Amino acid sequence: MAISLTVNRKARTVDVEADKPLLWVLREDLGMPGTKFGCGAGLCGACTVILNGEAVRSCQTPLSDAAGKDIVTIEGVAASPVGAKVVEAWTALDVPQCGYCQAGQIMSATALLTATPKPSAEEVSAGMAGNICRCATYLRIQKAIAQASTAISGAAA
Amino acid sequence: MTAATVSRRSFLAASLAGGVALTFEARLAFAAPGKAEPAMLGAFITIAPDNTVTILAKNPEIGQGVKTMLPMLIAEELDVAWSQVKIRQADDNADKYGPQFAGGSMTTPLNWLPARQAGAGARAMLVAAAAQQWGVPAASLTTGEGAVRHAASGRSITYAALAPVAVKMAAPDLDKVALKSPKDFKIVGKAMKGVDTPAIVRGEPLFGIDAHPQGMLYAAMVKCPVISGTLKSFDDAAVRREKGVLAVVPITDGEIPAGKHNAVAIVGDSWWRVHKAREKLAVQWDTSGFDGFSTDGYAAEAKALLEKSPAADLFRAGNADAALAKAAKVVTADYAYPFLAHATLEPQNCTALWHADGKLEIWAPTQDPATARGDIAKVLGIEPGSMTIHMTRIGGGFGRRLMSDFMILTACIAKALPGRPVKLLYDRTDDLRNDYFRPAGWHRMTAGVDASGALVALKDHFITFGASGKPMRAAEMRATEFPAPVLPDVQMGMSFIKTNLTTGWLRAPTSNAVAFVFQGFLDEVAEAAGTDLPSLMVKTLGAPKQLPPEPDDTPFDTGRARGVIEAACKFAGWTGKRSAVPGKGRGFGFYFSHRGYFAEVVDLSVSDGAITIDKVWVAGDIGSQVINPLNAEHQMQGAVIDGIAQAMVWQPIEQKAGAVTQENFGDFPLIRINQTPGEVAITWVVTDNPPTGLGEPTLPPVIPAIANAIKDATGKRLRSLPLSLA
Ligand code: FES
Ligand code: FES
Repeated sequence: MAISLTVNRKARTVDVEADKPLLWVLREDLGMPGTKFGCGAGLCGACTVILNGEAVRSCQTPLSDAAGKDIVTIEGVAASPVGAKVVEAWTALDVPQCGYCQAGQIMSATALLTATPKPSAEEVSAGMAGNICRCATYLRIQKAIAQASTAISGAAA
Repeated sequence: MTAATVSRRSFLAASLAGGVALTFEARLAFAAPGKAEPAMLGAFITIAPDNTVTILAKNPEIGQGVKTMLPMLIAEELDVAWSQVKIRQADDNADKYGPQFAGGSMTTPLNWLPARQAGAGARAMLVAAAAQQWGVPAASLTTGEGAVRHAASGRSITYAALAPVAVKMAAPDLDKVALKSPKDFKIVGKAMKGVDTPAIVRGEPLFGIDAHPQGMLYAAMVKCPVISGTLKSFDDAAVRREKGVLAVVPITDGEIPAGKHNAVAIVGDSWWRVHKAREKLAVQWDTSGFDGFSTDGYAAEAKALLEKSPAADLFRAGNADAALAKAAKVVTADYAYPFLAHATLEPQNCTALWHADGKLEIWAPTQDPATARGDIAKVLGIEPGSMTIHMTRIGGGFGRRLMSDFMILTACIAKALPGRPVKLLYDRTDDLRNDYFRPAGWHRMTAGVDASGALVALKDHFITFGASGKPMRAAEMRATEFPAPVLPDVQMGMSFIKTNLTTGWLRAPTSNAVAFVFQGFLDEVAEAAGTDLPSLMVKTLGAPKQLPPEPDDTPFDTGRARGVIEAACKFAGWTGKRSAVPGKGRGFGFYFSHRGYFAEVVDLSVSDGAITIDKVWVAGDIGSQVINPLNAEHQMQGAVIDGIAQAMVWQPIEQKAGAVTQENFGDFPLIRINQTPGEVAITWVVTDNPPTGLGEPTLPPVIPAIANAIKDATGKRLRSLPLSLA
């Protein structure tokens, strides 16, 4: 059955099993491998995308749940004002090491800063605790979120 | 030993070990370009007509930053602006590029000189070309930002304009070519961002898992739950009826290094589909002879062995027993650490295409392509030279991808499906259960202290995994482990336990375990001697001297060790006094590994049995030059936090009836952002020694420093990993 969804502001239609996780639809059917597979169990956050404004684990999101929804992935995140600031801070601070987790980190940070433009240290911890970085870039992730937060507040002011 | 002898000799040794006698002179065979075509100056450097310079990065990038660092060395001596440089990843070709592995923190020591020489050699040829063109002596010319200048006449010409002539110049003797003085460095020593960072934040396909040659199929595998078990029989009728499944490939041939990895691969048009189809496979394994191994069994065996004499000697000097009998104080304690998996965030994967002409093309996140090439050739019975291996960016290595199992399995599947590229991807459970695990170990330590508080005798009975008097891969320890070489009376011996698990190198292999044991134990000895660990270390290290190295290793310089110990103490304001604040503790650890000297101080808090790391101070000596300070900081923060994870967060890999029980990050938890220390502060001790690597040596000392800080905070001495007050 063909299912329609919006990915990075583009209408897309895929004709695969409705229970196929969005992660694999993105990677295999839509040719968008930026979203990563780490655990397949909702435990690592590598597959994080933003679905109707909320960060979700795409490995745990069946295509049927994404039908008709608005999805933002790493490939399109910089198109939003908050996403652009996050990506800018990530680049300025050279956050990645291996880089594998970073798509998920950026998506979670963007969702966090969209909902909470000036998060406390606890809110950053809570918002980002679902995203594992095996290379342990956490100190720079904290800094980059602070930097993006300042840039967003500055832009809004 | 000079910088030149260390790097040059080890470089040549390494390339000879790979079976290829290689000199950099050979790499300065130039191809003459046509008009307006890029000119290649040696194997690494291509100069385009617009004066952009493309530099090949030869080693695998696992997040340790070599894809940026190695081209920095070449660009520095070539004397171009960093903004002119483009970087491309080289394929595997040791004949052309020299050794191409990511392991042992060896990229810096092996390439510090040769990479600079490659850049300087190309620069010399460009200068020679300009000298010829202008009819002036080469010595009257200078270079900078990709151009040659003649100050006397005010003339200047770009490298791009010179390249077509330069390629015809005689190649210089690279051992004699002039290198820059470090004070003239414009790129080396500057903070350079990762070359792939912009592509990473855009989500571009860079990693092994992203490889997608046209017409690619996907494979998932069912593996024997017991490592080393073999395939008895299977029925794939139901699997073949599943949507998208195109083939089922049993893999039974081939001894994959250090263990049989029989598997049944399911191949189809979607990994999600073939992975799901695994449920329909009926399969029987023969696990006899391997299903008796268990975590509890190993612990019981170790306990019994500790009461016996060691089965093999590791190191002996004087008479340890006699010295202990005379010692003013004797300290004894048992230490232990568990099996661990690597858990790279990108699961093991590989893509391979068996071409119609029988040649194999591979896209792989591999840390050691040359070894993989040999392994695959052996298993498939093909010529090593008939393979092309493309190295992708790697989503974490930590030593896991020094092994070739995932590449061999993929090659076997590709061979069964000629003409179609296939990507094999392990799921997280496959990945955790088929690791090459950091082996567990047990140590009974005994030390004697004389009336003056000096350490005079040491014994270690090390229980490790192996057979016939030999430890398995990564299950050994150094016979020269400090302080053994400086004590008059020492007895270190080993006893062995068998396992079916495959073992391997985990970031700072052996050191990540032995540092905990030795520095944790020496903290106890210091306490018994009425002093603190840094003071005991300084006293035991004595006057600066070089202690004999292991074969193929570097000597241990007690002066450099003392240098970082004193620097760390000063940096952290170490007083040696016990923490006065209840629930707060401070601990120290030192370790020398991978040619680097590191001393670390940890401050932590304990509340209701929960441990929080407040701050870590690091003092490191990796020689005369930190090549990329930005990346160095990343590596050190990462290694410290990785060490904290190993010490407190990771749970032991458990085995029942031969099979590893871990499934995912629920039962093999990794460290998260809410568990990271508040701060990792770094200071350097710069010494006149050749620069060495940084991927590993920062990790080991933090583990004992945490254990020692917990003792300070709570009075409890924790002697087994993971450290827990529960
Ligand atoms: S892959 Fe989805 S949370 Fe790990
Ligand atoms: S950068 Fe490697 S997992 Fe985060």
